[in-house]
Amino acid sequence: MTIIKRGLAALAAGALSTALAAPASAEPVKFDFWFGLSGDLARVVDTLCKNFNASQSDYEVVCTSQGNYDATLQNTIAAFRAGKQPTVVQVYDVGTATMMLSGAYKPADKLMEENGYKIDYSDYFPGIARYYATSKGEMLSFPFNSSTALMYWNKDAFAKIGKTEAPKTWEDVGADLKALKDAGYDCPMAINISGNESWQLMEQFSAIHNQPIASKNNGYDGLDARLEMNKTKFVQYVTDLKKWYDAGLIKIKSKDLGQDMVQAFATGTCQVIMTSVGDHGTVGKTQKEGMKWDVAELPVYAGTERKNSLVGGASLWVLSGKSDAEYKGAAAFLNFIHDPKTALFWSTNTGYIPVTKSGFEYMKSSGFYDKAPYKGREVAIESLTASEPTEITRGIRLGNFTQIRAEFGTQMQAIFANKESVQDGIDALVKNGDAILDRFQQTYPNKTLP
Amino acid sequence: MEKRVTFGKWTIGILFAVPQLILIFTFFYWPAGQAVYWSLTLQQPWGGGNIWVGLDNFRSILANADYWNSITASLTFAAISTGLAMVIALVLATLTDRQLAGSRLYRVVLIWPYGIAAPALALAFRFILAPEAGFMAAVNKFWPGFWDPGLNGADAMASVIVAFSWKYVGYNFIFFLAALQAIPRSLIEAAAMDGSGVIRRFWDIQFPLITPTIFFLLVINITESFQDSFGIVDIMTAGGPANATNLMVYKIYSDGFRGLDYSGAAAQSIILMLLIILLTIVQFRFIERRVHYR
Repeated sequence: MTIIKRGLAALAAGALSTALAAPASAEPVKFDFWFGLSGDLARVVDTLCKNFNASQSDYEVVCTSQGNYDATLQNTIAAFRAGKQPTVVQVYDVGTATMMLSGAYKPADKLMEENGYKIDYSDYFPGIARYYATSKGEMLSFPFNSSTALMYWNKDAFAKIGKTEAPKTWEDVGADLKALKDAGYDCPMAINISGNESWQLMEQFSAIHNQPIASKNNGYDGLDARLEMNKTKFVQYVTDLKKWYDAGLIKIKSKDLGQDMVQAFATGTCQVIMTSVGDHGTVGKTQKEGMKWDVAELPVYAGTERKNSLVGGASLWVLSGKSDAEYKGAAAFLNFIHDPKTALFWSTNTGYIPVTKSGFEYMKSSGFYDKAPYKGREVAIESLTASEPTEITRGIRLGNFTQIRAEFGTQMQAIFANKESVQDGIDALVKNGDAILDRFQQTYPNKTLP
Repeated sequence: MEKRVTFGKWTIGILFAVPQLILIFTFFYWPAGQAVYWSLTLQQPWGGGNIWVGLDNFRSILANADYWNSITASLTFAAISTGLAMVIALVLATLTDRQLAGSRLYRVVLIWPYGIAAPALALAFRFILAPEAGFMAAVNKFWPGFWDPGLNGADAMASVIVAFSWKYVGYNFIFFLAALQAIPRSLIEAAAMDGSGVIRRFWDIQFPLITPTIFFLLVINITESFQDSFGIVDIMTAGGPANATNLMVYKIYSDGFRGLDYSGAAAQSIILMLLIILLTIVQFRFIERRVHYR
């Protein structure tokens, strides 16, 4: 009984204090923000939302995690069909084409203009902005959490073979892996070959080498784009990876087998991996005591002029069908996220990189990249800005790209299990991927990408 | 004349049936009808409109080699996992029915697996069967490369079958044990006095008397293996490697929800529904003949 009484008293006190704390003026306008991050990252987003709510009293953002990117998109679509969509939603990079054709959004640049915010879009790193912009350069959504792929290498292991620098070309990688093997390392390099690794193995590789994934400038110029990675340097790359796998220089590591790549690297089992800069923090936190390691840009084949790598992550879309007051709130929220100080908070607490030049400069000037746990992350910016984006390295604008990634995983598994030759496997990827693109084009007759 | 208790007006009967009818309509006929409609159109995921395409969705699915691979994988999975789950459960139930030492404990413990949610159990089996870290790592040490579900399709299929069967052994066990205990003891005692052994008694008395239960479980197990396998596949293999465990129900999920191809997924679920109906008809038509109801 006393417990209940005490509980009631506490509740009443709580209600009273919130009532007192609330401003005497009108209630703040509430609007929803759905996002796809979970765990630690979701807690950082929650803090971000709290900071926004504390920074002003006119609006209140209600942030809800939907678990992962796929679920966020699925749930948003279901909510939209029922007329209950959130005002702001986080959509992953490969969902961009689907969003652009949905007719369910309010263009971000228009929203900001209508609500009196001046955003300097040239402040975004071009490699990041162009991924989410239309072919004409309009920003329909706001880049949010962004990363790119890097090569992580074990300095101790490379020291044993007399190297103090990471290999810059794939030819060097081949020689170094062989040397590491001869020096007694059982797993010189780890990769995984599920659909998720399409990002670093196929998409990043193709961008850095300025090789197309699909015709029509990777789909930016029309829904009738079709895949063409079976005719590019990518074939050579897979051939080499397979050769190194057969020679025992590369091991496949995944969670299903017991240990994923990042764990394999952090524990010192494997000496080289390619993964997102977002894993930089995880490796630092979970690494074997005293292990020396660093990150480097992904290698290129000798004689290749390096281009910018692609951004990965998600952007924030504002959906249509909401009230003006909610749009005002959304605009204020996006403006808050755009602020360099938020960029510093965001990058410090996650592994993501700043998306604007001013954010990057602010972080540099505050000494972020000099301190031990964050040192090295500036390599990601170097990689993203290695060149002006070309027509091909802007990004990938293909419908149902999630399914094409899944098909990538399927064919790579078939190739590595010796069920198919490299060329046959990649040809099958193109054939099945084109069927997915065909279907996407049929679903949106008479529509064109903005 | 036979006396029957009936309601005076037929409306009362209908009223009693209405709640059930509403439930069935809302949760089965309505969505199923919607699925049929979607399967005949191309739906834009955001609801921006659709176009009537007739049977095109079905044509393109049936022309796809991956889909046939998925059907083969589903049938293999259904046959092996149903067989395993039923045979193991029957053996365990028969032994428990013989009141061997500890049978009361088994009776309780063997039911538990069915109470575990598929994803949780899949996660557990993923650890157990992981070739580098789990129980199978020990086997791989003696015989390197023996177990590799990451690249070997047969190994991956074996993993999901083991996980699924493990769960349904518990379910089947309850029914088998109940059926065995419903057999009058006198029959078995009489046979024993006539000098027949344990095996003989099983085949001549117990087995024929529990055929209705066997038949019931066969239908349920096959149906469930098409539907309930989703959570296990999703966690353990995600349909890989190279589509080896891409069962029909998982393909519906990945095409529909991850690929946002609602129409293709709707058409696939219609095909799956027809396949299950067909299998059930076959079972009733040809296997039920051999069932002896008391």
